[in-house]
Amino acid sequence: MNLKNDHYTVFKASKHKKCDLIFLSILLATCVTLTGCGSSETNVVAGNKSGTLYWGNGTEPQSLDPQIATGVPEHHIISAVMEGLVLKDRKTLEPRPGVAKTWDISNDGRVYTFYLRENAKWSNGDAHTADDYVWSWWRALQTTLGNQYAYMLFPIKNAKRYYDGETSDFSDVGVKAIDNRTLQVTLTNPTPYFLQLLDHYSLFPVHQATIEKFGRADERGTRWSYEGNLVGNGPYKLEEWKINRHITVTKNPYYWDEANVSINSIVFKPVDNAVTEERMFRAGALHVTSSIPADKIAIYQEKSAPELKITPYLGTYFYRLNINTPQLQDKRVRRALGMAIDRKQLVDNITKGGQIPAYTMTPPGTMGYFPESTLNFDPEAAKRLLAEAGYPNGEGFPPIEILYNTNEGHRKIAVALQEMWKNYLNIDIKLLNQEWKVYLATESAGDYQISRGGWIGDYVDPNNFLDMFLCNGGNNRTGWCNEEYDRLILEVAPSQSSHEQRLKIFQQAETILLEDMPIIPVYTYTSIKLLHPSVRNFDDNILNQAMYKDLYLDANL
Amino acid sequence: MYRFALGRILQAIPVLLAVITVTFFLIHSAPGGPFSADKAVPPEVIKALEEQYNLNQPIWQQYVSYLGDVVRGDFGPSFKYSGRTVNELIAAGLPITAELAFYAMIVALVIGLLAGIGAAVRPNTAQDYIPMTAAMIGICMPSFLLGPLLVLVFGINLEWLPVSGWGDIPGDKILPSITLGAGFAAYIARLSRGGMLEVLSQDYIRTARAKGLSETLIILKHALRGGLIPVVAFLGPAFAGLLSGSFVVETIFQIPGLGRFYVQAAFNRDYTLILGMTIFLSTLIIVFNLLSDMLAIWLNPKLRHEIKGAK
Repeated sequence: MNLKNDHYTVFKASKHKKCDLIFLSILLATCVTLTGCGSSETNVVAGNKSGTLYWGNGTEPQSLDPQIATGVPEHHIISAVMEGLVLKDRKTLEPRPGVAKTWDISNDGRVYTFYLRENAKWSNGDAHTADDYVWSWWRALQTTLGNQYAYMLFPIKNAKRYYDGETSDFSDVGVKAIDNRTLQVTLTNPTPYFLQLLDHYSLFPVHQATIEKFGRADERGTRWSYEGNLVGNGPYKLEEWKINRHITVTKNPYYWDEANVSINSIVFKPVDNAVTEERMFRAGALHVTSSIPADKIAIYQEKSAPELKITPYLGTYFYRLNINTPQLQDKRVRRALGMAIDRKQLVDNITKGGQIPAYTMTPPGTMGYFPESTLNFDPEAAKRLLAEAGYPNGEGFPPIEILYNTNEGHRKIAVALQEMWKNYLNIDIKLLNQEWKVYLATESAGDYQISRGGWIGDYVDPNNFLDMFLCNGGNNRTGWCNEEYDRLILEVAPSQSSHEQRLKIFQQAETILLEDMPIIPVYTYTSIKLLHPSVRNFDDNILNQAMYKDLYLDANL
Repeated sequence: MYRFALGRILQAIPVLLAVITVTFFLIHSAPGGPFSADKAVPPEVIKALEEQYNLNQPIWQQYVSYLGDVVRGDFGPSFKYSGRTVNELIAAGLPITAELAFYAMIVALVIGLLAGIGAAVRPNTAQDYIPMTAAMIGICMPSFLLGPLLVLVFGINLEWLPVSGWGDIPGDKILPSITLGAGFAAYIARLSRGGMLEVLSQDYIRTARAKGLSETLIILKHALRGGLIPVVAFLGPAFAGLLSGSFVVETIFQIPGLGRFYVQAAFNRDYTLILGMTIFLSTLIIVFNLLSDMLAIWLNPKLRHEIKGAK
């Protein structure tokens, strides 16, 4: 019996060994999978050989429908797979021919006639005609579509009236197809930035047959812009869309300038963490990043690394002052706050990304506009203003609260301002951070005293920064309203015959804004990215926009 | 056994209903809607969007129609990712989260069992104290601390391993798997030590020793089955915990799984996506708990008899 039992135990033990072996091999297989067994060649090295560009693209795009999308990551992809009538120069951003080979502008600056290319085609080979623009812009103006950029079409005659429902006849709107290759656009006022708008994705043409195949034209959330469905007219076509992993576009053989497109495919990777993105860049997984962690900038600068690209960006970081707050109703108080900020110190020691101290709302150099500012850093004058307003040396000034959305960068700036205002004006500031959507709701409801804000231009023109603060402007949110300011922006500026005259009017409006100071400009943004030296022709410009078809990869690097 | 399972499934229905109800009303009462944005959205656009997603209806009506959709297995369209359904987003994230959970489980089991059994074999020696202290630290250390620590040491200082991604750079799956698995390894170590110690003091082990069996055989053949029951009971909740709790690790390591969608959905007020994820993960937790209870019954004759006796 004993013997038999021992025999049994030995048999079982050998079975155990077998189990151990199986377990070990599973473990080994897991380890191999975990470590990966790919080649050691990085994306960048392999991509330079095969003509594939790896692009760090922030977040997963919400939509590739140009009349629904709103963000920068979406913009990067849409402008690869679609194209407007006019493109931009990669350095100067001057208009360059796109789908339109040439165009005429009438003497009064109101009628634009575009002559489309004979060889312009959709990515499925369909002919691309002037009617495509009429239909696309009709779609862009359907309220049911929920297009947040519909206002980009409002310079077109009657476009706003149609959108607002004041006319239901689209033929009233100033866009006509004269023939297959000729498109005529009539504007309400001469609009010097109109050609620029044509390179904004909200005015890109969309493929009618594809959209109608997947649903109603004015319906959101149909699947026409997804993998396998999307038909575009850009240098690339959508090849693959793996949610939260990557979007790959490859050369569009039907593109009119296909012969001059150098890069074969672009892989857009959604990486929303700057630390991760920088690490991926160093590991050779990306050619371009969308950002860089603030504390890494100095390290790259010390090494004078050629990869680091810092360029002025068309955007202003500012604070909104809620003028319904009792202690902020006196404009001398608001001016005092604006003058007691040492912006140079802030950008040198806090933001450290090459930002430029801002003393005007519009970034200097926007379409040749260099505004003069009545604002400067002058703590003594600020003290005097505060004393005149009834708060000598800050005495009796009720504590005031700065609202910002939860973010380490915003917090640091708010803390710096808190200290500056305490030092220079002896007033107490409290800080309040809120999660993004809560912050938006609080700010829109006017339930704040001072709030952080930022504005990135949609197009390069002072109008885009100044019309925010019209009395009923949706982005105003300060409670500030000045009739003269409204008149200058809405009536006087559009009726000027020359660009220089227009800029003078903007200067007048800007001066009113800065004298009244419902907002305090803090700095002009910079775009900061890492760019692999093998990527050529990605020139610096204030929109941080790449012209994909100009780019090429240098395989020797 | 079947009756037991059926009972548990029936119990799950009110639990899920409570989860849906609480989540539904909580997210709808959070400030800021799905369509608010930095640039002011014109009121007519908001109106058009709300109509399209039925947000203009009274809240109870939205609730009822949502419940109807859920019963049909349709979690609706995502508000944020225009044109994507919640089902589609879950399907895209699940395989990656499941893969991560699987590797983390292997890490947890290998480390946990070796440490736990090792400690139980030589209790109150260094072989016991060292792994058990480590396990206590492991239980206490949250993944949002361990993850960045591992990144700092192995990713940034030593530059041995990639710090992010999933299948993009060789070796990028190692740190997330360890980070996620470590806490569970610690639990498993403590559970297996406890279970083994209890079993090793039983009479039948003494009998085996008296028969002159080697210590290895006693551990492997006689002690393991009984000693590991607490671990087995823990596996179900642990796997559910790994799947649903991976969002911190997925956020740290930029892994495109369920967890990242979940976190982003909350920030975006993507109501349907938040609800869909919550329901899906709650169901997973319920199912895995049930499976592990059934496994424990199957392994433990005492429990089996209790259920039969109850019949």
